Amino acid sequence: MRVSSAAAAAAATAGVSVTPTSFLPVNVAYAADDGAKGGFRFAYLSDSHLYEREINDRFVRSLMRAVDDINRLDPQPDFVLYGGDLAQLGQKAELDLGAEILKAVKAPVRMMVGEHDWYLDMGEHWQELFGEPNYSFDHNGVHFVVLNSVIEADFWTARGMTPMERMKTVAGLDNGKQNSFTVGEAQRDWLKNDLAKVDKKTPLVVFSHSPLYKLYKPWNFWTDDADEIQAILKKFDKVSVIHGHTHQLLTNRIGNIRFHGMLSTAWPWPYAPEGLPELTIQMNRPDPFDPNDGCGDGEVIVHPDGLVDKVYNLWNRNPIEVTSEYMTTNGKKPSELPPNAKSY
Amino acid sequence: MRPNIAGATSLLALCLLGCPKSAPNDNIEVKLCDNHTTTEVSASEPKTEAFGRAVAATLMEKWQQEHPDVDWEADEKQSRKFVPPADNSGLLADQTQAAGHPYRDYTEQDLLTWSRETEKLAVAGSRVFHSADELGSTIAVSCDMCHPNAANTHPETYPKYQTQIGQVVLLRDMINWCLQHPVRAEPMSADDPRMRAMEAYIISLRAGTPLAYGKH
Repeated sequence: MRVSSAAAAAAATAGVSVTPTSFLPVNVAYAADDGAKGGFRFAYLSDSHLYEREINDRFVRSLMRAVDDINRLDPQPDFVLYGGDLAQLGQKAELDLGAEILKAVKAPVRMMVGEHDWYLDMGEHWQELFGEPNYSFDHNGVHFVVLNSVIEADFWTARGMTPMERMKTVAGLDNGKQNSFTVGEAQRDWLKNDLAKVDKKTPLVVFSHSPLYKLYKPWNFWTDDADEIQAILKKFDKVSVIHGHTHQLLTNRIGNIRFHGMLSTAWPWPYAPEGLPELTIQMNRPDPFDPNDGCGDGEVIVHPDGLVDKVYNLWNRNPIEVTSEYMTTNGKKPSELPPNAKSY
Repeated sequence: MRPNIAGATSLLALCLLGCPKSAPNDNIEVKLCDNHTTTEVSASEPKTEAFGRAVAATLMEKWQQEHPDVDWEADEKQSRKFVPPADNSGLLADQTQAAGHPYRDYTEQDLLTWSRETEKLAVAGSRVFHSADELGSTIAVSCDMCHPNAANTHPETYPKYQTQIGQVVLLRDMINWCLQHPVRAEPMSADDPRMRAMEAYIISLRAGTPLAYGKH
């Protein structure tokens, strides 16, 4: 556990005992210097898996906590990315509730879709609320792309599944009846077309729900056409992919493409039993006795050079920052490292 | 737990016309051997084999409608990952070993029974593990939401001193802790069929992992 000496001293002064799992309001040292250098920052919220409030207040409270976190950030982020899986079972009431809670976010919110939002009505209500699932925009000299990476080939028609059976099958991470996630040919064409007008020196940030590489197929920590997408992205000098779905600290680099996972507000996933990328700084095994441990939200600091630092704001633990320098040096120059306590 | 009525058709060696009961309009009520499912047939219909088969098919269809979950075991095996129980075929190959054994002379059938029944308990456990309803969750949360393929449950480390509880616990105690907290369900008694099945499922997926009781 990284405890800054200033925080430890402050805690000692206040007569608080510093233990690895105690809650410490730590002011992180990276505050507010990036703006002066011409960079900017955005925040993220992801994987809230909302049921209706009457069914499950726990996940609702967690998203509200995350919204409070984001609204308290100083400086405020330029925008907030929502990383997908707003709903648990894609139901209208769940998505409506999520949209209502996200209205409280002070900064503009950019939405991304996840499989839990999609497979009840094949994205109909999500799109009514939030528009197209794939789009792009430019911000401060950076080109941003949002993808729908959760497209699965039809496994439900032949089995005669109802929409809810289809939804529940996809909602089970370890349910082997479903197919692998893809971005799909149509969207890859759209992506090629969208990027055709972007200079290769322009920094690129891509948002996808699933990681755009092949990590662990049985849990869809995986995108089946990842190789094709990487081939499109690798022409650009600086590419960062920010993804949801994995609910954990997850870091990877393939050539010049850097991948960062997002935390969930609802629950952490264990690490996949194989294939963990070397650059990943593992989060501690979440403590089930510590409510919301392993969950949280975070920020992405975009430097003037277009490379990013990824901040994991782990609730009830100190934040962890995966810096662009760490990525550039392939992990040789970590600016700060948490303990590397591995899962079983 | 659902009854396994594999080969339910064989149960249709039923008293098709053996237990007729007078029904209105000169119909005969025919009851399936589950002593519950019934259908009515016309008393005047000629009692041919084709007629008997049609009655049986009607009853079976009604039974299946009332038991949509009859294929739960095959369905669960298709949906989730399982590790087969240990291979005991060595016992068949080396009957000299069996010679000194009090039960001796194992057959292929014995091994099949052991394997099938053992795996079935694990498969039943998977069903509970993945179902908020079976678990009795009041907030629609099931075990797999934090533990896909029962990952991070490390059953081989129990019993151990659980510092947060302040005493030595067994796997079932941690299952009950999870039921009461993240899952928000009632705890299960140690001999609850759901608890026994879940223990079987969780342990089965760690086959080959060295026992390390007390490990933190």
